[in-house]
Amino acid sequence: MYKRTPLSAHQLKPLALFFAALTVSGSALAWQPERPVEFVVTSGAGGGTDTFARTVQSIIGKHKLMDESIIVSNKGGGSGAEGYVYSASSKDDPYKLTFGTNNEYLLPEVGEMPYAAEDLQPVAAMAMDEFLIWVNGDADYASAKDFIDAAKQNPGKMQFAGSQSKDTDQTLVSMIEEATGADFRYVPFNGGSQALVQLAGGHVDANVNNPNENLGQWQAGMVKPLCVFSPEQLPKGEPVYEDKGWGDIPTCISQGIDISEYRMPRTVWLPADAPQEAVTYYQELLRKVSETPEWKDYTTRTVQTSQFLTGDELEQYIDDNAETVRKVFEQEGWNAS
Amino acid sequence: MNNLSLLMDGFATILTWNHLLIMVIGVMLGMLVGVLPGLGAPNGVSLLLPLTFTMDPVSAIILLSCMYWGALFGGSTTSILFNIPGEPSSVATTFDGYPMARNGEATRALTLAFMSAGLGALAGVVMITLLASSVAQFGLRFSSPEYFAVYFLAFCSFIGMSSSAPSKTLVSMMLGLAFATVGMDSVSGGLRLTFGIPDLVKGISFLVAVMGLFGIAELMVTTEEGLSFNGIKSRIRVRDILRTMAELPRYWASLIRSILIGIWMGITPAGPTAASFMSHGIAKRFSRHPERFGKGEPNGIVSPEAADHSAGTSALLPMLALGVPGSATAAVMMGGLMIWGLTPGPMLFITRPDFVWGLVASMYLGNVVAVILVLSTVPLYASILRVPFAIIGPVIVAVIFTGVYQVANSTFDFWLLLFFALLGYLFKKLDYPVAPLVLTMVLGHRAEEAFRQSMVMSDGSLTVFWSNSLVTTIMGLGVLMLVWPLFSRMLGLRGWRRRLHRQQPQASKPATPDSRP
Repeated sequence: MYKRTPLSAHQLKPLALFFAALTVSGSALAWQPERPVEFVVTSGAGGGTDTFARTVQSIIGKHKLMDESIIVSNKGGGSGAEGYVYSASSKDDPYKLTFGTNNEYLLPEVGEMPYAAEDLQPVAAMAMDEFLIWVNGDADYASAKDFIDAAKQNPGKMQFAGSQSKDTDQTLVSMIEEATGADFRYVPFNGGSQALVQLAGGHVDANVNNPNENLGQWQAGMVKPLCVFSPEQLPKGEPVYEDKGWGDIPTCISQGIDISEYRMPRTVWLPADAPQEAVTYYQELLRKVSETPEWKDYTTRTVQTSQFLTGDELEQYIDDNAETVRKVFEQEGWNAS
Repeated sequence: MNNLSLLMDGFATILTWNHLLIMVIGVMLGMLVGVLPGLGAPNGVSLLLPLTFTMDPVSAIILLSCMYWGALFGGSTTSILFNIPGEPSSVATTFDGYPMARNGEATRALTLAFMSAGLGALAGVVMITLLASSVAQFGLRFSSPEYFAVYFLAFCSFIGMSSSAPSKTLVSMMLGLAFATVGMDSVSGGLRLTFGIPDLVKGISFLVAVMGLFGIAELMVTTEEGLSFNGIKSRIRVRDILRTMAELPRYWASLIRSILIGIWMGITPAGPTAASFMSHGIAKRFSRHPERFGKGEPNGIVSPEAADHSAGTSALLPMLALGVPGSATAAVMMGGLMIWGLTPGPMLFITRPDFVWGLVASMYLGNVVAVILVLSTVPLYASILRVPFAIIGPVIVAVIFTGVYQVANSTFDFWLLLFFALLGYLFKKLDYPVAPLVLTMVLGHRAEEAFRQSMVMSDGSLTVFWSNSLVTTIMGLGVLMLVWPLFSRMLGLRGWRRRLHRQQPQASKPATPDSRP
């Protein structure tokens, strides 16, 4: 169904390039896909990255932004490493558009991975997902300040649930410890939805899930947000629970937690040696996607910040982001080498 | 009952020709992906997802959920006919389903499986209808220690299941645990047992392992024994289907027990795989004729099937009521909900009652449609066994290899498949049981994770497994299961039970299967 043999990739490529060259000889340097494009999703079906990729797929389909069809394949094994290894090993194949987060460059930092961050080149970052501190809906803490004070009185007792180990969640928890002097215990679970159930059931004290992961449960009052790790408050919107909406959540920095910004980019990648024309083509395609009302709906509904980054801007962002996280890794001794 | 009137509204929503047609299409597509090994329900549902982007949410969810039911039924078909479980949860069906089909009773095995599966699924939906609001909260009481306790119970109810020497069972279990360890360890974030092979980063796919251990290894043994399926001798008559349906009430005890196990495991959500293994193990433990299990015992088909489907259905309850997927397929459907513009979560019942109750109503109808459709295909499938082995054998090999490639588009998996095929063949020749290996391979990873999370939570103290009444009860049950054979032998319980039965009048005793004409 959605497979093709690795052989044909190599056989077809020169042909595809040849025809591509024919069709564009007169016009500008344009690369066009000649056969179905594979969207490699570095998470299991149903995860945040999966929804991201499938939303892009549905928008491309709806607005007919591309003539060729799209095949989505989920490769979420090893915290997403499966997908990156898969694309990295195809060297110059412009038909493997890979969807992920900042774990593309974080995974090789903490573990011996069979790929290097440089094996893939960034095409675009399309949105920024926010992080918040969440506690159980019945918890006594009125503010993040209360929560941190309580944690300081019980060093090492308060538990944070998070998704995966030495990934974005645990990094953030370490940064909170560093910023406040509190000492938490981090319990890794397999994905944000498990971290959520543990919090809603009162088995752990907090988690740092993305807005979308906890939205349904906040609506029901099972969990509540204390603060958001962004420089300013989120845009005002519909109230979610008891007249409170996303815009009413204070920033963490205003609560005395000195982390002004912690976000996760939703990124798209190609193998490192894929032709520059293909990168340009996909950048243009994704830019069109990011300008549709459906994309706006998606980011609003999932409370992400729509931010379209390409080229130097994106490189700069990745460098800064990797630098911040690398510091935490070094401090915690998580580095692979 | 407010729920009942809402359900009636739901029926009103879905009882249109359009929706009924979608239901039939969904079930048929599902059966197709279920029968092809390697595709399976989660893959099938995600393949179909793009088609639903333009549909309204109610039609879309009917299509996807009906596909799910169809796939669950299809998975049992290959388990019974070819010893190839299409899904992890139908592995336990092979234990007795395949021997029965080989004995020339393929029609009976398929009918038993489909009927009990249908009953299991319906029981699950009834539970959702009646208890949606109250039961959902129960799942929240489960944390890592409780999960570990459930897996522990599943392991314990399965120990002693095989007729091989205990030491061989142990070897098999340990190998399964080792295979489960390959890949990334989510607790420490490190890679384990990958030997620098990039293809092992994702871990060893369970499907690749079972297709080798069961499918190819079985073909090798069959080839050795003279290129024939015994099923050829059997005649296929529609009357057999009806006769088997009439036979079903005899297994009421197994049915009820398995449905309860299934519902419980679906809600918690430990999942259909644990439920079906556990249910098969317990059915054997409580059977008066444990020696018949593994040789085509009807209770050994009814139990895992009923548990699998009631768990699979109940797993949709946490998804609807809490916004937490109870199975891989439920996770895909939840992704779908978001794309259709709905937010899965507790408020869905209030904001979109038409959607939720339309889905519940479609579960009733969808399962009935599915049972009718699959039963009508029984003669077709059963007649596959009449095709000469020289033709069907190579076809199965081709299908298996295609299926393995589907799992991850990786040619490396072919080598893994061959490795597991050889391992399975060796196991058979040396009389090592394969089932414990499969069990630990599927559940081992999750059990380990739950255990280590519990250890992080408790600072390394084992008392966490006795820290509240829920976890203590489950652990206690597990230990009881483990020591029960010893215990009963000590007290001479078995002899006592047998004597008790001898005193009962013969008429009230259900006729044993082998006394059938």
